[in-house]
Amino acid sequence: MPADEALSRREFLGRAAKAGACLAAAGAIAYATHDPEGPGPAAAEPQAAALPDFSIPGLGKKMGIGHGSDRARTLQLTLQALGGIEAFVRKGDRVLLKVNAAFASPPMLSATTHPDLVAELTRLCLKAGAASVAVTDNPINDPASCFALTGIAQAARSAGADVILPEERFFKPMTVKGAQLIRNWPVLTAPLAGVTKLIGIAPVKDHHRSGASMVMKNWYGLLGGRRNIFHQDIQTIIAELAGMVTPTLVVLDGTTTMIANGPTGGSLADLKETRTLIVGTDQVAVDAFGATLLGKAAADLPFIAKAEARGAGTADYRSLSPVEVSA
Amino acid sequence: MSIVTARRISQVFFAVVFVWFCVASTLGDLPWQLRGWPVNWLLELDPLVGIATLLSTRTLYAGLLWGLATVALTLVLGRVFCGWICPFGAMHQFIGYLGKRRKKLAAQLEANRFRPAQAIKYYILVFFLTAAILLPDGWLSSGSLLTGLLDPLPLVHRSVNLILLPLADRAGLGPSPLPRWYEGAWLIGAVFLAALFLNLRVPRFYCRFVCPLGALLGVLSRFAVWRIGRTEEGCTDCRLCERGCEGACEPTGRIRISECVMCLNCLDECRHDAVTYRTRPSAAGEILLPDLSRRGFIVSAVSGVLAAPVMRLGGLTGPNWNPGLIRPPGALPEEAFLTRCIKCGQCMRVCPTNVIHPAGFEAGLEGLWTPKLSFRAGTSGCQHTCIACGNLCPTAAIRPISLDERRGRNEFSGRGPIRIGTAFVDRGRCLPWAMDRPCIVCQENCPVSPKAIFTREVFNAVRTNAPLTVKSVDRGRIALTSDTLEAGRFGTGDYHALLPGGLRLRITANTAGALDLERPLDGPEAPPAGSPVAVQVRLQQPHVDPKQCIGCGVCEHECPVLGLRAIRVTAENESRNPHHRMVL
Repeated sequence: MPADEALSRREFLGRAAKAGACLAAAGAIAYATHDPEGPGPAAAEPQAAALPDFSIPGLGKKMGIGHGSDRARTLQLTLQALGGIEAFVRKGDRVLLKVNAAFASPPMLSATTHPDLVAELTRLCLKAGAASVAVTDNPINDPASCFALTGIAQAARSAGADVILPEERFFKPMTVKGAQLIRNWPVLTAPLAGVTKLIGIAPVKDHHRSGASMVMKNWYGLLGGRRNIFHQDIQTIIAELAGMVTPTLVVLDGTTTMIANGPTGGSLADLKETRTLIVGTDQVAVDAFGATLLGKAAADLPFIAKAEARGAGTADYRSLSPVEVSA
Repeated sequence: MSIVTARRISQVFFAVVFVWFCVASTLGDLPWQLRGWPVNWLLELDPLVGIATLLSTRTLYAGLLWGLATVALTLVLGRVFCGWICPFGAMHQFIGYLGKRRKKLAAQLEANRFRPAQAIKYYILVFFLTAAILLPDGWLSSGSLLTGLLDPLPLVHRSVNLILLPLADRAGLGPSPLPRWYEGAWLIGAVFLAALFLNLRVPRFYCRFVCPLGALLGVLSRFAVWRIGRTEEGCTDCRLCERGCEGACEPTGRIRISECVMCLNCLDECRHDAVTYRTRPSAAGEILLPDLSRRGFIVSAVSGVLAAPVMRLGGLTGPNWNPGLIRPPGALPEEAFLTRCIKCGQCMRVCPTNVIHPAGFEAGLEGLWTPKLSFRAGTSGCQHTCIACGNLCPTAAIRPISLDERRGRNEFSGRGPIRIGTAFVDRGRCLPWAMDRPCIVCQENCPVSPKAIFTREVFNAVRTNAPLTVKSVDRGRIALTSDTLEAGRFGTGDYHALLPGGLRLRITANTAGALDLERPLDGPEAPPAGSPVAVQVRLQQPHVDPKQCIGCGVCEHECPVLGLRAIRVTAENESRNPHHRMVL
């Protein structure tokens, strides 16, 4: 249209219609997206949820203490004394082994679950007919390095287990019923999906803050986020973890005990041969006995009484009349 | 098969090899991981790395000998490396192709005409090489290796390793088990994207105007036995040969040998077989050397020679060293380090804990993109059982140390472990020191034996609303005269009741007005009504033993004071610079 020509009616109407349509569209978008409130406070805490109970109903409490320096052999004998692995793992079970792979250090330093135990337990579970065995942990050091250097990944894979490295998406915020600390906190739940049997395997270690790191402390590896904050109330967090997890079985490896410089160790001088392996269904009782390998009594470790108070087990391991075997 | 197809196959092949090497630089022994793959090979083939480090260190380190192969190739055949091998060149060529494919012939010819600014790359090269020269001892403070800033192989390795792969990680397609962080990645990404997108303006922009390696090979190609050139007869001056000319070397006229990247598009385009690759010079004449002005050359060279001494006036390699700059274990003393590091990012890529990051200006301008440790990002501190970075470093800026040397074992037991710094507790931020909260996560995670972090136990009186007074004692329970306590607070196992006479017992539970103790109080122990009782918290306060601390930063990484950590590593006492020694 030449500049000096007046706008025709048709053109004016056309232009007005387009402008009107644009305005209507802008108005519709503004209306549809208008948020008069703005963002509110953070979403409420998720409802308290529980992890599945992995204990075997009707089995009762069992505990076995094996003596020997060959971990695989001692594990076999101790399990036999408790009725064999078949008493705990049945055909078709999907088993998860929660190891302690916290540090990127070699097996000889005993700062992590020994690969021989992982391999042997995997083998036994598969022999008993388990459909699958997986191994997981959320370590402190770099996860891939930890699983590689501890020998756990290699041992697990060659025995036929899957290794699940923790990824961000495997964690889900959880609130544990009655817990003061595990509230809206990320927990490594994805590896537990579909699992029917959960077995914890941990070494006996000195721990400067809590007094000892054994099977109950090992569940710390199911927590995500900046979990170090819980060290401010370590006894309570261990007890809450024991309350959160009801395993099928726990294995506490005191073949060598880290008696000093724990929980990292780093030198053979930090270790002592104690030639003892404890297998049991009651994690509190197993830890109560484990304390003796460190030269402590259950009463020296407040988390044991706290876990007992939460109903996670009994500190009086003698009441379970543990079976003792020697390899 | 036409020669151009062969060139494309070669470019794709080397690009695939390059990407594969980048992916394979993942620590591990799976087939796709590092194992023993020669992932530095393309960097080693880059003769600018070899020549520049030769000038700065007077030695040619290990695999850098491969650069000789490229030099030989260039001396015989011309810049084949640029046109057939360089993965960065292949990226430029591909994007340049996208930019010009719909353009008219005239526009394509315009894009590929020679521009005098192509001389800039030679000035850059002269500046970098003269800056790298290590003058005889006592002469200024020389030998700053800056080539890595723009050398295409380090640049493309850095860009893919620190930008593209981490992005792929986040999309779930990358090689790392956990997404990776790299401080200051934006600048590396910006340089990379700018270099790529400039091809839309002028094809192979980077190669023509910037690339110091291209400049080096351009100079070497003056002796090339075989060259591109015009035959004596047949040319109709149609200029079709210049349509796809990647180097803008003007094959129609007097061909500029130093600019020719051996893309061979001219051979393919010529309808009259008037362009050949032969030993005789072009019938239209040749321009063998780049068009450098004497003045420009002198300016670049003098600037280069002065660059290192001027940059070092800041004192970062001397008394004003930056304590926040933690170099990886095995890194050379700072001045020697700066004569070798090409900023390729291989150490940052291979580091299993993602603790090595590209420096900003912490090490000065010349230290841009050199490795530094950042203990907040990453999945752990620097694992003292790991020696990956030094064993991958293509120039030994980080020496290939053994595990024994790192740990100070066996033959190295006399020297002690390699220290990269020392941890310091910030008592104003540390929970047990400043906030009466038990913690010692740092002590727990200290990986050396005996631990470098040890604790001293103290009992501090807890802040209560009012002084506490005993009302009555029933076995292990002390009832108080007031109901002022927070119920349950003191039952964590860390709190103790201090009774008159100094008896201290652990509290197992409390209500607002009563304390439960770990054991019953017998007769004389029981305090009489009206006596004071104090609640104390048992704290283990961390201390660092500098003799044991190796500066690995695991403590700093794990510290629950997440912002500015309450225990931090600085470069004090690092082994590589003996004058940073802190204690006797």
